[in-house]
Amino acid sequence: MKILVCLGNVPDTTTKVKFGDGKALDKTGVQWIINPWDELALTRAMELKEDAGNPVNSVTVITVGGKDAEPTMRKALAIGADDAIRVDAEPVDAFSVAAQIAEAVKDKNFDIILSGIESSDYNGSMMGGMLAEFLEIPSVSAVSGLELKGSEVELTRDIDGGKEQVTVSAPFVAVVQKGIAKEPRIAAMRGIMMARKKPLNVVPVTPVEPLADYVSFELPQPKPPCKMVDAENVVSLVELLQNEAKVL
Amino acid sequence: MSVLVYTENWDGKFKKATFELVSYAAKVAEMIGSTVSAVSIGKVDETELGKLGNYGADKILKVESENLKSLDNQVYTDILAQAAVAEGAQVIIISHNNTGKAVASRLSVRLKAAVGAGLIKLPVSTEPFTVCKKVFSGKAFANVVLKTDVKVLTLTQNSFELVETENKASVESFAAEVGEPKTVVKDVQKQTGKILLTDAEIVVSGGRGMKSSDNWGVIEELAGVLEAATACSRPVSDEGWRPHEEHTGQTGKIIAPNLYIAAGISGAIQHMAGISSSKCIVAINTDSDAPVFEYADYGIVGDALKVLPALTNAVKEAKNK
Ligand SMILES: Cc1cc2nc3c(=O)[nH]c(=O)nc-3n(C[C@H](O)[C@H](O)[C@H](O)COP(=O)(O)OP(=O)(O)OC[C@H]3O[C@@H](n4cnc5c(N)ncnc54)[C@H](O)[C@@H]3O)c2cc1C
Ligand SMILES: Nc1ncnc2c1ncn2[C@@H]1O[C@H](COP(=O)(O)O)[C@@H](O)[C@H]1O
Repeated sequence: MKILVCLGNVPDTTTKVKFGDGKALDKTGVQWIINPWDELALTRAMELKEDAGNPVNSVTVITVGGKDAEPTMRKALAIGADDAIRVDAEPVDAFSVAAQIAEAVKDKNFDIILSGIESSDYNGSMMGGMLAEFLEIPSVSAVSGLELKGSEVELTRDIDGGKEQVTVSAPFVAVVQKGIAKEPRIAAMRGIMMARKKPLNVVPVTPVEPLADYVSFELPQPKPPCKMVDAENVVSLVELLQNEAKVL
Repeated sequence: MSVLVYTENWDGKFKKATFELVSYAAKVAEMIGSTVSAVSIGKVDETELGKLGNYGADKILKVESENLKSLDNQVYTDILAQAAVAEGAQVIIISHNNTGKAVASRLSVRLKAAVGAGLIKLPVSTEPFTVCKKVFSGKAFANVVLKTDVKVLTLTQNSFELVETENKASVESFAAEVGEPKTVVKDVQKQTGKILLTDAEIVVSGGRGMKSSDNWGVIEELAGVLEAATACSRPVSDEGWRPHEEHTGQTGKIIAPNLYIAAGISGAIQHMAGISSSKCIVAINTDSDAPVFEYADYGIVGDALKVLPALTNAVKEAKNK
């Protein structure tokens, strides 16, 4: 069994975002990290591989990104992935990212493809489903658990108001969220040393026309300062919520 | 030409979120000068279907089949794609919930339709078709031009007002070709009797400042009188004080209620990323310098274990007036 994990390279959440000319993110001083859900997906993939009872042979990570995404890929290799693929293109929209990943992996026979539920930069929640549609394979979304029982895969997915256990036969895409792994795994020194020797393959891009154009960015209006209410006077808070905010 | 809206049901019933979505679809239809066709998948009775008309649906296509009992992303995408073609849909509107994200993404590829995902308001313009969406977990907004003839829009729950109309919708059966589902459901656990976090208009949330799971009674009592859902910060669910389903934030649920009450929550950016779209935020914290006050509309500096019960009483009294 071969597992593929799709990794987005995103600014650390604590980044103060700036848009130089209002047209694109100003990347100066930005710390890049593996998108948090993708990091959990990778952690789960490693757990599955390490459990000797499982027939997992390899874990590959893939990203669509420029050379500046390579430290993130090395980090994934240090966490334990066996090899990495970088599709050498700037990610423009989820559609073009999915098209490029599909092109890069369509002949590689991955059994399980994991993607995160949302990238913390463009917040689309679209890539995983799109990739499955390009590859014409099933997708299971909002997955918070994935177990291998022999060659059978059992997934837990969130539905509105509950959870379902579902099975689906490989190959498929699982769009994963919180719960898939407990804590993201951190690279150990040994892993970092080993990562240097692992393959990071750069594949050229197949031209794909993005369907959407991010034309401009705006920062939110500064909000008015918080109105403080005395702890002894909660009645006035209730009045404000009723009459001023009109939310009660 | 039409605006197509996918109206999901839960055990044969629609939710307020469904009607918000139809209201939104009706406004988009007005902007581009067309009508609204709703697609309903699975068993829903005529009275319930009729309610879609009250919010602006002109036509309802119902698709019923034994194979549609539970969600299979490919099967649902097939149906919506067939309906979109049959109706000549220019814009397809879907909820930005779990089901919606799963089918909208596939539909985009199937129809080569650009997606505007997780919208919180109407398109900014129709020529070119431009939507405004939150990016960087709410730290900025982006204007995005959707360049294709057909567009898919997913709407964040609780971000659009209901608009009632006098419409009477016609209901027809839509004969979609329905394939075999590949996702097999083995077991279902439903939450019962609780207001779902993603549906709730009011949310009362507790952080590590609540000190222990034993103190959650005061959160639940306030939630009870406000008919609110309960939520928590990540350390609280990590500690096992509360179930994981309640954790909001960057790595948890992303919600947009009308009112979010944060008690004993410091206001870390990762937490606020999940709740910053709330229309009104109230913070209760012993530390007047806690970052949460930078996001809050109303704040109380004080011990949540004392303030919450007092607030519960004040709400009860206000409701009795
Ligand atoms: C990659 C990453 C992802 C993360 N994702 C999330 C996420 O999705 N959601 C999330 O919540 N966190 C997330 N975190 C953690 C986040 O950074 C914070 O650590 C966390 O939100 C803090 O939780 P808290 O506010 O409950 O606790 P604390 O930071 O410990 O704050 C407790 C607060 O309670 C106040 N307090 C103490 N006693 C009282 C009292 N009696 N009455 C009133 N107030 C009191 C204190 O003044 C303090 O402000 C993430 C972190 C990382 C690194
Ligand atoms: N540039 C990228 N390269 C590889 N995978 C990506 C990229 N961008 C997003 N993804 C994957 O798609 C998921 C959802 O992204 P999005 O649709 O952008 O919210 C992420 O969690 C990643 O798993």
